[in-house]
Amino acid sequence: MSTYAPGASSGRGRRSSPMSWRWGDRLVLVAAWGAGIFLCIVAAAIVLYMGYRGIQDLRPDLLVTRPRVGSDGSEAGGFLDPLLGTMILTAVGILLALPLALSSAVWIAEYGRPNWLARVVESSIEIVAGTPDIVIAIFGLAVFQISLLGPLSFTSEGGGVYGRSFIAAGAMMSLLALPPIYAATRDGLQAVPGHQREAAFALGKTRITTIRRVLLPSVRSNIATGVTLGVSRIIGSTAIVLILLGGLRTETQGPVPLLGVLRGTGSSLTSYVYENSPAGEGGAPQKAYAAAFLLLIFVLVLNLIVDRIGRAQERTTGMTAGGAIV
Amino acid sequence: MIERLRKPWPDHRAERTLGAVSLLIGVGVVAMVVFVATKSWPIFEHNGISWIFGGGDFETEVAKMTAASNKPAASVYHLRAWPLIYGTILTSGIAVVLGMTIAVLSSVFIVELAPRRVSRIVIPMVRLLASVPSVIYGLIGILVLVPFVGNHIISNGEKTSVQNVVQLTGAGLGVTVVILTIMITPIMVALICEALSSVPPSWREGAVALGLNPLRAVRAVTLKAIRPAIVAAAVLATARALGEAVMIEMVSGGKTFSPKPVDGAVFFFEPLRTLASAVLDYHDGITSPPLGATVYALALLLLFSAFALSVTGYLVKLPLRKYQTRG
Repeated sequence: MSTYAPGASSGRGRRSSPMSWRWGDRLVLVAAWGAGIFLCIVAAAIVLYMGYRGIQDLRPDLLVTRPRVGSDGSEAGGFLDPLLGTMILTAVGILLALPLALSSAVWIAEYGRPNWLARVVESSIEIVAGTPDIVIAIFGLAVFQISLLGPLSFTSEGGGVYGRSFIAAGAMMSLLALPPIYAATRDGLQAVPGHQREAAFALGKTRITTIRRVLLPSVRSNIATGVTLGVSRIIGSTAIVLILLGGLRTETQGPVPLLGVLRGTGSSLTSYVYENSPAGEGGAPQKAYAAAFLLLIFVLVLNLIVDRIGRAQERTTGMTAGGAIV
Repeated sequence: MIERLRKPWPDHRAERTLGAVSLLIGVGVVAMVVFVATKSWPIFEHNGISWIFGGGDFETEVAKMTAASNKPAASVYHLRAWPLIYGTILTSGIAVVLGMTIAVLSSVFIVELAPRRVSRIVIPMVRLLASVPSVIYGLIGILVLVPFVGNHIISNGEKTSVQNVVQLTGAGLGVTVVILTIMITPIMVALICEALSSVPPSWREGAVALGLNPLRAVRAVTLKAIRPAIVAAAVLATARALGEAVMIEMVSGGKTFSPKPVDGAVFFFEPLRTLASAVLDYHDGITSPPLGATVYALALLLLFSAFALSVTGYLVKLPLRKYQTRG
């Protein structure tokens, strides 16, 4: 493959047009175009097909009716509960992940001493990022089934701890959102030019004041990118919801209004899709398509937001937000 | 108290607080390993390490575990989980090899070949592909691809040929691998594209000046320079493929079976179960002590594979630092 064949490509003229290339090269060229276009077609096909099914099956009343419990609970009703469930999970997950991710990013980028401790923190975040969400979910089940943590999750009449609740699922969701927020913030902080810090120090600011008043505001858009990526990971996660939330309707636990919901079980859009597909209990593909379409719209919007933030930042500061090319 | 918090913190206290909060993540990781390991201990106690090998029927073992009482006999803990591991290796392996080919070709396309107008369309498309939730892939798989394969691609002759062993519905290795490939390719494309565009263009221009055509120049110079990034991308994609539970659970047929290459074309239609999908499948039975231990043992194996892959990825990326690019 890598043997050089002088003269093979330099037929006539100075520029080599693909027509004068060897067959093998032309084949690779065609394959490269093919691969790129193939990915586009797949993406377009998924969006168009989901759009086609979604517009057919998604009725506005589905969004505001609760799933009804019946012999076949998923046949009836809409998906108000899963929709709210997704939002609650996102809120809990981000609320827990944000302080953790921000303080570790700041610590790594601005302090990071002693060195070995920084390495420990960095690699543990890498491990969290690499752990499959099914393992995170099953770990969450083990943690929240400890009877000491019983008050945080759904408990049966007899006092058995199921370890399932919005708190449990949200806490594990925060592990999904942590790595992207951390990475985006750290990259942003590392890209802030050193003279900004020096200028603040010269004005007599302490390190932490500099971080709070100068550095964090200047990486705001990086944080926003990270949070958006985190939200889209939370929204798309199915395994954690299936294992740690498992239910169709939101069932509250205890008399306190908000806490009752958080301690209770419920569902999210992803688990709703799963349960209504032939893989789950209910065979209501239309509902599944409708919910999946809604989910896809959320993901598309989040993608757009990441894109927007990145572009705006590039315009104003000339540096790219903490995202890759693709 | 609140007054004190409002005042600017002294630096050393801020540093210590932030460090302590960061360290919480490390504690969490240790807790994860410890929890999963202790929960799976009974399996190791009764089977040693041999539970990851073959020689048993996984589904009958699980049935025995489900039926067991709260204080089960030691024999109930007998476990041989090789079919799951085989299924995991098979699906991830084929998907990574296929996805790698597509990813390298399409990255070269995006960065080097496509006109800017085209690549500006392709890049968001690939990004979209990466962010579609796995349950949507699973839904399309189970409602579109599986029935299509079951009705149009598998012939009746093929169905009857293995009738006695397994039923072919369309759900199985083929559909699983196709969807898994589409799920992991965008991740590799992202990493390879980033590496490709960090190679100084002068290297490739030098090769072109020496008489190579642009494509050969990319192949001979640019792709060689980013080999570590390509391996790192493969490692990351493998990690993602290993951990995929929901999509595989939906389209793989939900039967513990080891597809056999000797079956010819039927091989691609045979159902299977992977480690991750088994964890998802059996998490309901976690209250039964032996089954719970089994599920945690499978999760522990996944955790260690992911860990090993992280380390590999780190080691592979080390040479990249030479070029001061982030892989």
